[in-house]
Amino acid sequence: MGNILVNAPKTVRRGEIVEIKALIMHPMETGFRPGTEGKIIPRNIIERFTATFDGNEVFSMDMSPAIAANPFVSFFMAVTESGTIGLRWSGDEGFVAEEQVAIAVK
Amino acid sequence: MDSCRPGGSQRRDLVVHRPPRAVAPASSGLQRRIFIAGTAAILVVPLGSASATPDAMADAIGKLVGSAVVREERVKLDLPPLIENGNTVPLVVSVESPMSVGDHVRAIHVFNEKNPQPNVFTARLSPRGGKATIGTRIKLGDSQKIVAIAETSDGRFWSASADVIVTLAACLEEST
Repeated sequence: MGNILVNAPKTVRRGEIVEIKALIMHPMETGFRPGTEGKIIPRNIIERFTATFDGNEVFSMDMSPAIAANPFVSFFMAVTESGTIGLRWSGDEGFVAEEQVAIAVK
Repeated sequence: MDSCRPGGSQRRDLVVHRPPRAVAPASSGLQRRIFIAGTAAILVVPLGSASATPDAMADAIGKLVGSAVVREERVKLDLPPLIENGNTVPLVVSVESPMSVGDHVRAIHVFNEKNPQPNVFTARLSPRGGKATIGTRIKLGDSQKIVAIAETSDGRFWSASADVIVTLAACLEEST
């Protein structure tokens, strides 16, 4: 998908701890703001972000409306073998987005 | 948006003393006064609406930690002390931890005092992370205190807090 940006190294040394940065386009509408017609704009946020490595969960985050629009998350991962990082965002109005990034150990 | 700024009504003095601008003859004093009255009316709305308070934050933290002692150690909370735009504020939380199977950070929670809700996020970490540092961008509705609490695998809690000044709050109205 074009609206996801992931920054992760392609090759690493065995056991290296690498930073993964992930950005996704999303309005993160809080559900507290009145719109131009005076009615509250319904909440529409990403509630959960998870990161897995070869299917094992490494990091997850439960978000609230206080996360800025186009949520950015950075976290670390210890890479001991080549594998695939799976990133998943899910939230209101049935929103689901997934991205996979391969990492190779030299 | 100007209407989000506190102190909008203080501009009344400016209107009285400033001569009418030649380039914009339509903006007469009367129209300006109507505009100012309008902004003042908008300012009332966010002040009157329900929002998290220091008590609500204390409650939320109390629910999380229970009767456990929270020590102000090991956690580092990084965010700019002066924030120009509350809509997107970079925040980094790092915790001193070996991140081994026996001793690692299980979760990092961030709370605020004055946004509509006290919780900001809860991140769950595992020893596979290797390093207990996370970064994200948050919204802040007002100048306030931010608290980060880390929960380690031995069940203990650690915290750090930061006071921030927000000059332009995360806007409550829809941007046009």
